[in-house]
Amino acid sequence: MVYGPHTPDDRSRMLAALGIGSVDELFAVIPPGVRARPMHLPPGLTELELMARLRTLAGHNRVDLASFLGAGVYRHHLPPVVDQILLRGEFYTAYTPYQPEISQGTLQTIYEYQSLLAELTGLDVVSASHYDGATATAEAALMTCRATRRDRVLVSRGIHPQSRQTLATYFAGANLAFDEVPLVADGPAAGTTDLAALARLLDDPARPVAGVVAGQPNFLGLLEPMPEIGRLAHAAGALFVAVVEPVSLAVLAPPGAYEADIAAGEGQPLGIPPQYGGPYLGILACRESLLRQIPGRLIGMTSDADGRRAYVMTMRAREQDIRRERAASNICTNQALCALAAAVYVAALGPGGLGDVAATGAARAAELAAALADSGAPRLHPGPYLNEFAIRVPDAVAVHRRLLHRGILAGIPLAELEPGDPSLADGLLVCATECTTAEEIELFAWALRDELGVRTGVPVAVSGEARR
Amino acid sequence: MSVTGRKLQPTLFELSGPGRAAGRRIPVPPADALDRLPAEALRTEPPALPEIDEASLVRHYVNLSQLNWGVDTGFYPLGSCTMKYNPKVNEWAARLPGFAGLHPLAPDETAQGTLELLWELEQDLAEISGMDAVTLQPAAGAQGELTGILVVRAYHRARGDLERTEVLIPDSAHGTNPATASMAGFRTVNIPSAADGGVDLEAFRAALGPRTAAIMITNPSTLGLFERRIVELIELVHAAGALAYMDGANLNAILGRYRPGEAGFDVMHFNVHKTFSTPHGGGGPGAGPVGVRALLIPFLPAPRVLREPDGTFRLERPGERPASIGRVRGHVGNAGILVRAWAYIRAHGADGLREVSDDAVLAANYLRFRLEADGTWEIPYPGPCAHEFIASGAGLKRATGVRTLDVAKRLIDKGYHPPTIYFPHTVDEAMLIEPTETERVETLDAFADALVEIAREAHETPELVTSAPHTAPVRRLDEATAARQPNLRWRPAAPVAPSQAG
Repeated sequence: MVYGPHTPDDRSRMLAALGIGSVDELFAVIPPGVRARPMHLPPGLTELELMARLRTLAGHNRVDLASFLGAGVYRHHLPPVVDQILLRGEFYTAYTPYQPEISQGTLQTIYEYQSLLAELTGLDVVSASHYDGATATAEAALMTCRATRRDRVLVSRGIHPQSRQTLATYFAGANLAFDEVPLVADGPAAGTTDLAALARLLDDPARPVAGVVAGQPNFLGLLEPMPEIGRLAHAAGALFVAVVEPVSLAVLAPPGAYEADIAAGEGQPLGIPPQYGGPYLGILACRESLLRQIPGRLIGMTSDADGRRAYVMTMRAREQDIRRERAASNICTNQALCALAAAVYVAALGPGGLGDVAATGAARAAELAAALADSGAPRLHPGPYLNEFAIRVPDAVAVHRRLLHRGILAGIPLAELEPGDPSLADGLLVCATECTTAEEIELFAWALRDELGVRTGVPVAVSGEARR
Repeated sequence: MSVTGRKLQPTLFELSGPGRAAGRRIPVPPADALDRLPAEALRTEPPALPEIDEASLVRHYVNLSQLNWGVDTGFYPLGSCTMKYNPKVNEWAARLPGFAGLHPLAPDETAQGTLELLWELEQDLAEISGMDAVTLQPAAGAQGELTGILVVRAYHRARGDLERTEVLIPDSAHGTNPATASMAGFRTVNIPSAADGGVDLEAFRAALGPRTAAIMITNPSTLGLFERRIVELIELVHAAGALAYMDGANLNAILGRYRPGEAGFDVMHFNVHKTFSTPHGGGGPGAGPVGVRALLIPFLPAPRVLREPDGTFRLERPGERPASIGRVRGHVGNAGILVRAWAYIRAHGADGLREVSDDAVLAANYLRFRLEADGTWEIPYPGPCAHEFIASGAGLKRATGVRTLDVAKRLIDKGYHPPTIYFPHTVDEAMLIEPTETERVETLDAFADALVEIAREAHETPELVTSAPHTAPVRRLDEATAARQPNLRWRPAAPVAPSQAG
């Protein structure tokens, strides 16, 4: 199926006007030696056939499992109002608002997104959007190097491994260095950033540090001592980057409150479906003094020739289409529609609703932790957490697999995310949200007890009813 | 007539009122849910977010949407952006619960549908481009460029060739090209254009050498011209030990006619939001897959999608391809966008895709011809163009003082989105016009007539043009104040309690 409107008559008319007999003549400039051989693709499908194939493929994904999988991407209740707004053709078929007079819709929604995220982060400058949490984290780290004119960054191992890997790729390109700050191995602070190690890494006059990057909560779900990390960073003349989860900011102290200079984060929890990795929303915010270092688009409020309030892309001199090789970043197309989703989601929930989402996740997670501990899988770390935590399960990878066959997606084995860390080898990272039901928790706990019981030779009755 | 709406909207914050928040969306959490958390980690006060009932919220956004121009509203000939129609079946597809609800860390065996689709899309893009392999990971065209140039860097380094520090870029290139080279640690060497709009071969030869890592060429160029000397350019690049990168922004002009990999390019990116009709979203999300020839496969970002001998699919495991440049973002890519691109390609097949480019190029040439025949507008590069072409308002400006910016604003009154203006920078008072294949001949005729009429207005009543637009919801904006005194977030006018401790 093709979507063009041209009839054979239309084409003849255009060809006749051009005085040529065939469209081939318009391609004559392509040197004969490099003209394409015919492409081999499956034949074009009718809409009916296309939809049937798509339904089949979508049906091969398993989205019916009792899922406790988070690790940076969370299943939340999506108010239908969000998607219905996204489906307004005037929003999703527009492009970058280069002509502000006929783009006030896009411009105002992004300005409002910036304002909502400024409230949540406690930082005044919010970029119009980045690709995802991992790239926003990398861009935040690059900002610290530009702002301080130093070339080394310290990244907590509590930052999501994929974000650390992305940062490594960006830093290799920019010829910058970073060191990882280890996590505390045991004791009450186990699993959080090792402050003593951080202080040692900062204390190297030969290699001054541009920025320190830590997560709240960190990727193991634990709360970090953010104010202390910030104080250590600032004492060494470094900037402090807080990597945050935006729903948690309804209840957790915002980065601005603990003196973070920059906040980065994955915006997916704000009204964006998991959809196997993207499109998501890179959140990037900073305090006002770093305004000229922030990459990506910014929307400002101004007025038109008649004095009416209106919105426009601003501070454009930082961007690639103006500054070319001296731009702050090469980012051009970003994730505007995902920023719109986040704004509608936050506005649809309101401050109380967003707080309820965060608090319900925390409550369900505590129920989950208690139930799993009863089943023989206690938490791996003792410190406080919000809605995600690691549990200790002997032979975690195999147990995870067996639970999958029982219809339970038991989080993710930490050995898969952090293969090099023996302290996490027995860990499963699990989460709960407001979508997690008491029945799912019961099923998980029951099946886990069964698995662990079988392993230790304790017979456990298996009721067919509890299986799905 | 411009956009359909006129009702400027107050901000969400001004619509807010205590207790107005929409009804309960989720059950009330237990009152003690957060008591187990240390007090110092918690907010002291809730964030000052707006409280709005759902009906008012919907009207806010519907009215805002009507202040916007989209492809669904009307003609959008924004050059270099390929604003073609976005098929609605693709929106349906991406929202299928099996696709939309799938977690990116779900075990491979539970993700077979999406993995199969992504694997097929990699194969299709490789076939379309003549490349040997494709990664779907990059989130946008610019990130595809960064990925491609980092792959080039890794290739040279793997050969112990550490002296290649420069990337050659024609002066008509998108700003993303030089910005990408800088991000990847390279110095940009600008290559001037020749009189015919192609790369100046002498300047190119002079710049090429042992320090050259790659050339980045947009083909067809942003002037809407297929690069005539492309065979020679690529031969010279390879003879110098460098690689040839193709910016695929203008792939919509050459589907089924020119396959960059087959023609000697080593690496390229695709803008699926251009060529393969995934919606532009008001500025993203898009996706920027990268295709490479076999010699660069080891360096592609991880993870790739693999097909096992038994016909199942899986993601590469960490460390499986040690020479990889690593990861350029989280997870496998913008899968939700890639579903739409797959649907577009599979709807067309090979013949349909070739027809897309044939019609896009025919439409652009027809529109170019209409303007050339009228004689009002200068067409700096006469003769056949690709899927877009340049018109210049330099003569009009000399004669009347009316600038291309004014013409663009006047086009809004006539019911069109203006073309790209002042790009490429190499042409004075440039308009880059790209009609795409999805516009009727009648629309092309009417648009040509409108441009001719605006030129007449510029002579007869220039103030009508220089004060345009007259029918848009707002008039021209004070961009200088916006930049000098940036207002980037809403602040309530009245004093309020601080939104958090600090």
